[in-house]
Amino acid sequence: MSIEVKDLRYVYSPGLPGETVALDGVSFEVHDGETIGIIGHTGSGKSTLLQHLNGLLKPASGDVYVDGQCITDGSVKLVEIRRKVGLVFQYPEYQLFEETVAKDVAFGPRNTGLSEEKIETRVKASLALVGLNYDEIGDSSPFELSGGQKRRVAIAGVIAMEPSVLILDEPTAGLDPSAHREILSMIELIREKMGIIIIFVSHNMADVAALSDRIIVMDGGKIAMEGTPQEVFSHEKELSAMGLGVPPVREIMTKITAALPEIESNALTADEAATDIKKVINIPKRDN
Amino acid sequence: MIRDITLGQYYPGESPIHRLDARTKIIATILYIIELFVVNNFWGFLIAAAALFAVIAVSRVPVKFIFRGLTAVFIIIAFTFIINLFMVDGRVLWHWRFLTITYEGVSRAFFMAVRLVLLIIGSSMMTLTTKPIELTDGLEKLFKPFSLIGLPSHEIALMMTIALRFIPTLMEETDKIIKAQEARGADFESGNLFQRAKSLIPILIPLFISSFRIAQDLALAMEARCYHGGSGRTRMNEIHFAKGDAVAAVLMVLFLAVIIASRYIPVLYK
Repeated sequence: MSIEVKDLRYVYSPGLPGETVALDGVSFEVHDGETIGIIGHTGSGKSTLLQHLNGLLKPASGDVYVDGQCITDGSVKLVEIRRKVGLVFQYPEYQLFEETVAKDVAFGPRNTGLSEEKIETRVKASLALVGLNYDEIGDSSPFELSGGQKRRVAIAGVIAMEPSVLILDEPTAGLDPSAHREILSMIELIREKMGIIIIFVSHNMADVAALSDRIIVMDGGKIAMEGTPQEVFSHEKELSAMGLGVPPVREIMTKITAALPEIESNALTADEAATDIKKVINIPKRDN
Repeated sequence: MIRDITLGQYYPGESPIHRLDARTKIIATILYIIELFVVNNFWGFLIAAAALFAVIAVSRVPVKFIFRGLTAVFIIIAFTFIINLFMVDGRVLWHWRFLTITYEGVSRAFFMAVRLVLLIIGSSMMTLTTKPIELTDGLEKLFKPFSLIGLPSHEIALMMTIALRFIPTLMEETDKIIKAQEARGADFESGNLFQRAKSLIPILIPLFISSFRIAQDLALAMEARCYHGGSGRTRMNEIHFAKGDAVAAVLMVLFLAVIIASRYIPVLYK
């Protein structure tokens, strides 16, 4: 499984006063099993780009290939693409509509025409994957759940289609710290269990650094930077010029290494930072 | 698709039409609609259409933009045209089984269609050139005299403001929900009428829930800013009639006279 985006261009309301070029010559590739973090300022074209990957938007020019198959020339059935490429929108809990959690999660698989038994197993499996218990909440109304639970039900609704690519647009937006952590470990679990391509957008640089194999930086409808978290976050100045930043740990470590040159570190996460600091600091043995 | 509807939209601009007082434009629109029903022959429609295109030219709203909004109501116009074409009795032009087209039917159908098109373009010219806020302020002022007989003019104006303000918001919300459900493989375009109606449920329920949420947030925000109804409320920008409005008033009276006169222009053939 792979995704290839070639020279994508998209214009909102062409020929009208509000005409804006949202994407301009965007090209990249994603390979099997990779997790890609997309960062960018509001209005840099992230969401527009995501909607091209499952055929919700048709590009003005350029092509998208999923698994070597061109999805932009109209030769592939849209339902087929959407089964392969699962897209979780921002605030996905606002799309819940069924009477029960189980029925809502079953909506996607039912649209692909699966048998009732298969749907049932999928619903159970995907609810388990997002950390919810089918027997406990399967029959309750999705509107009775907490914010974090609702979001996980909505994500389960996309996972239940067993996509080969999972795209998440700001999956942690507006959640409290504990729900935030739950969503992150859920993404890690999905990656581990399903081994699929995951593409996610986030404004939280620490999350992006911790989860992604590769980061794509969008700016003004173009790809401004692309590389591993280490590569991308070493360009602090360019990032802040785009209205972005580096993970807080990196910020702290920059200050520490400036003040204490004996510490060498380009850590992005707290664990990496701790290891780097331990290398140079000898903690004297404490006497009891 | 849903974004293509321009009915009720505002087209930002700096033309003399944009600068007119909202009350002038409301009165002019109502008058124009009445005049469209006063017109009874080809010449009248020609004059009415010419006047409308003159206004469009002065307003500098692109004609393409106006007609884009019209495509949605084209079905209604086509329907009226066909009904009128077949349902009017008179001198027979064409006959096949139960279908009859008469000379009177053709002219009636044609006039009705032209009247509807002019009516819709005419009234959308008002919303295209007037900010929703100005429009409702204008309506509130126009309704003010009727508050003596118990008409809640401020409340009506507020309701209209809210309705107009939230049309784009709800359209955006609808667009988002449609996309989210399409991403889950929902299909809104195939199946029979019954299946299609059923496929709307995944859109309508989230949309209802969103509108309740929006309504609640709005009510809270208004209360937080001490909104307490219309009495004793003052405005930051009072609206005033200006020189342009006087010019518009004179033109309106002249136009009314021309339209009434047009009823007496002899028709070329009968």
